[in-house]
Amino acid sequence: MRIGVITFPGSLDDRDAQRAVRLAGGEPVALWHGDHDLAGVDALVLPGGFSYGDYLRAGAIASLSPIMREVVAAANSGMPVLGICNGFQMLTEAHLLPGGLIRNEVGTFVCKDQKLRVENTSTAWTNGFEQGQEITIPLKNGEGGYIADEETLARLEGEGLVAFRYLGKNPNGSLRDIAGITNARGNVVGLMPHPEHATEPGFGPDTPTAMRSGVDGLTMFTSALQGVLAG
Amino acid sequence: MPTIVVEVMPKAELLDPQGKAVAGALARLGESRFTGVRIGKRFELVTDGPVDDALLSDVQKLAEDMLSNSVIEDVISVHVDGGDGSAVGSSSGDSSSGDAPAGELTGQAEASTQTGAR
Repeated sequence: MRIGVITFPGSLDDRDAQRAVRLAGGEPVALWHGDHDLAGVDALVLPGGFSYGDYLRAGAIASLSPIMREVVAAANSGMPVLGICNGFQMLTEAHLLPGGLIRNEVGTFVCKDQKLRVENTSTAWTNGFEQGQEITIPLKNGEGGYIADEETLARLEGEGLVAFRYLGKNPNGSLRDIAGITNARGNVVGLMPHPEHATEPGFGPDTPTAMRSGVDGLTMFTSALQGVLAG
Repeated sequence: MPTIVVEVMPKAELLDPQGKAVAGALARLGESRFTGVRIGKRFELVTDGPVDDALLSDVQKLAEDMLSNSVIEDVISVHVDGGDGSAVGSSSGDSSSGDAPAGELTGQAEASTQTGAR
């Protein structure tokens, strides 16, 4: 089971995403933004970071990368595609997901362990969660405020396309507390928080039982692997 | 060389945290005359070819499709600056004098001004 992780100029969490794939039992495949080649992978991760220094708009220049032509085609054919943070921004810039992400309402970079509620468990990346499950994974971004027009928000809510919602105090001004969304088909998911940083005991968020033992993010990667196996 | 100027602003209804931060700094300076600040972008596209309607039309499209994101921003203006080859900011080439911002933007645009939104 091979999951490609695309490295863009300025990606930071590509290696972490590869590690998360490995911990979930998959084989990570490093892909390069400048290629037109997905190397026959079964699923794709667009990792976090600051591609092109967030120049123009976060994710905008990366969304025009050569490999994005193949990514868009693969997404439209049903391949599971996950965009994390900067990857989520790229997916909105590439019009694979609706809406956009703007500077945090608080005006500062936010870095914390964030509690989320899983709102949709029928996507390729969330099928291993319980409906309404509360999870904690790291959040770290400067431009994480999710926005969309009222019509789009109504459609997201009406069709159950909100995948994750922030619990507790809204960290970045995202409308409707939206932390992540999916497309209608459920194969493309984007979220601002970082599941790949909560996949290995000793390196995740604190839990009531032990420091840094949180591995709630791992389920996103095992979900994709299960889905690919089942499909 | 002809320069085509594209101006992009965050949508009016969206919070502009950058503008808000600057407004806060102005207030701390004791400036009470301004009720708000919004920060946008100005692109200067330089070409060594002729500027005609076809090029301006292409720039308008690029402005809407790539230079801005219509979900969060509006293209405010696409216009030619210094169409006769004069430098941008032709009122004075000396930007270090620090005096009043005379003639800023106004009086320089010679060719068409199109507003893409609003």
